[in-house]
Amino acid sequence: MLKDITIGQYYPAESPIHRLDPRVKIVATMIFIVSLFVAEGWAGYLISAFFLGMCILLSKVPFGYIVKGLKAIVILLCITMFFNMVFTPGDPLVQFWRITITVQGVRMAVKMGVRLIFLIIGSSLMTLTTTPNQLTNAIERLLKPLGFIIPVHEIAMMMSIALRFIPILMEETDKIMKAQMARGADFESGNLVKKVRSMVPLLVPLFISAFRRANDLAMAMEARCYHGGKGRTQMKPLVYRWPDYAAYAAVWGYLGVCIAVRIVL
Amino acid sequence: MSIELKNVTYAYGTESAYETVALAGISLKIPDGQFVGIIGHTGSGKSTLVQHFNGLMRPTRGQVLFDGEDIWAEGYDLKHLRSQVGLVFQYPEHQLFETDVLSDVCFGPKNLGFSQEECEELALDALRQVGLKEKYYKLSPFELSGGQKRRVAIAGVLAMNPKMLVLDEPTAGLDPKGRDDILDKIKELHETRGISIAIVSHSMEDMAKYVERIVVMNHGHMPFDGTPREVFSHYRKLEKIGLAAPQITYIMHVLAEKGMAVSTDATTVEEAKESILKALGH
Ligand SMILES: Nc1ncnc2c1ncn2[C@@H]1O[C@H](COP(=O)(O)OP(=O)(O)OP(=O)(O)O)[C@@H](O)[C@H]1O
Ligand SMILES: [Mg+2]
Repeated sequence: MLKDITIGQYYPAESPIHRLDPRVKIVATMIFIVSLFVAEGWAGYLISAFFLGMCILLSKVPFGYIVKGLKAIVILLCITMFFNMVFTPGDPLVQFWRITITVQGVRMAVKMGVRLIFLIIGSSLMTLTTTPNQLTNAIERLLKPLGFIIPVHEIAMMMSIALRFIPILMEETDKIMKAQMARGADFESGNLVKKVRSMVPLLVPLFISAFRRANDLAMAMEARCYHGGKGRTQMKPLVYRWPDYAAYAAVWGYLGVCIAVRIVL
Repeated sequence: MSIELKNVTYAYGTESAYETVALAGISLKIPDGQFVGIIGHTGSGKSTLVQHFNGLMRPTRGQVLFDGEDIWAEGYDLKHLRSQVGLVFQYPEHQLFETDVLSDVCFGPKNLGFSQEECEELALDALRQVGLKEKYYKLSPFELSGGQKRRVAIAGVLAMNPKMLVLDEPTAGLDPKGRDDILDKIKELHETRGISIAIVSHSMEDMAKYVERIVVMNHGHMPFDGTPREVFSHYRKLEKIGLAAPQITYIMHVLAEKGMAVSTDATTVEEAKESILKALGH
């Protein structure tokens, strides 16, 4: 029922990309996003496409699986492209009623579309190859220098707990829905008011269970003497190995090429 | 009234990276008025199986027939089916939501379109039948103990007057007395209302004592299906799939090995007592 939601989905596989240090993947994703705004013209996009394609190949995640993530942004994509096409001034290409599509507009729309698609594919490749735990771990390490301004450890802990609870609560929602449907509840038909009202038998048990779980978890953490980040070490600290350095070199090299292409062309 | 599963296969996560086959080609028929027990180790597919009985889950392959009609055929009234086949889930917390017990039990009949008075009548009837005392009716369901919550949950389904009652581990987390109470009530319902019962349980003793037929689940398959006596005679094979016969069956086997003339197929303490007394010449 809720299987269509794919927040923080991880695709398990044995690949060089999966094995990379999560810090590398976060930094690389950011560099890749920057590169998309550096790249200009067909040459630039070809390079980005090539880089992205290599990463996908190395990651062993089926291409169809990645493309599924694009479904969520189809509407956003269409709107962006439409407005770019219509509102960019320039030489008119097609004209009907009050709408003028310009040559520059079409070019701009294609550019934005490509950027957006690459951006989504790039970042979903990161979340598909990195478990949520690794991600929060990496964020904690990357933000460590800011430790004196913000409670980095606590934020990371909250993030990982929140991520951990998403699938649990979804499963719980599914179970409660079924339990109520077994008593003749109807979550689908009826007008808006009726639909909202039919949510009560779903939300009450869900909230009660969420509070109970939160309570239990707090208790369990306290029972194990959790006291926040101060003086806390990790069981498996993140350590860079040679493939991580190689990946850093590759991604910085890629950014360099993008910049060079932009300057030369 | 009868339920029939024809070659039902169900796989979880067919669209994601992890696919689990929870049911692998199950064929099963539960005729009117039968008291069936479903056993199997954790994760063997019991809960998945019972959710096919009232159309909460749609088989990946295969057919589910209710009174000979395919419930997944176009235009079949699933809501009606769910009022005929009442399913009580493992955790009562999943369905309690109203401010007091009585209105919670009214939820089912109300969904079926009964008037307020009719609903209350049905609810009171159901609450009496599960043996919950009158003083609890106006309390919040969340103030009750585990056993009382379970009774309210069962009453919530019973109030819809189903022709068949399916219970997923109704005794989990209850003390021995609470367990016997609930099972006795269920047996009573079976006898007084004449409805068929399917019950998922981990306790071989309970199964031997209450049910007339046992269905064994193992990794989505159904290796045994028969009377408790037949099924427990395979106790060696049951052990291999992480189950066991009632303890008394083991005692009888040991006694027989030691040369006592007892029948080894006794599954309840009562039967064993008779058999032993007979062997001793009383
Ligand atoms: N929502 C789900 N998503 C994916 N797999 C599931 C889901 N629910 C159950 N499974 C899998 O299906 C199989 C059967 O599960 P099921 O809940 O039917 O077992 P069960 O016999 O009821 O176990 P238990 O005695 O623990 O209640 C298990 O292997 C389980 O891991
Ligand atoms: Mg179960």
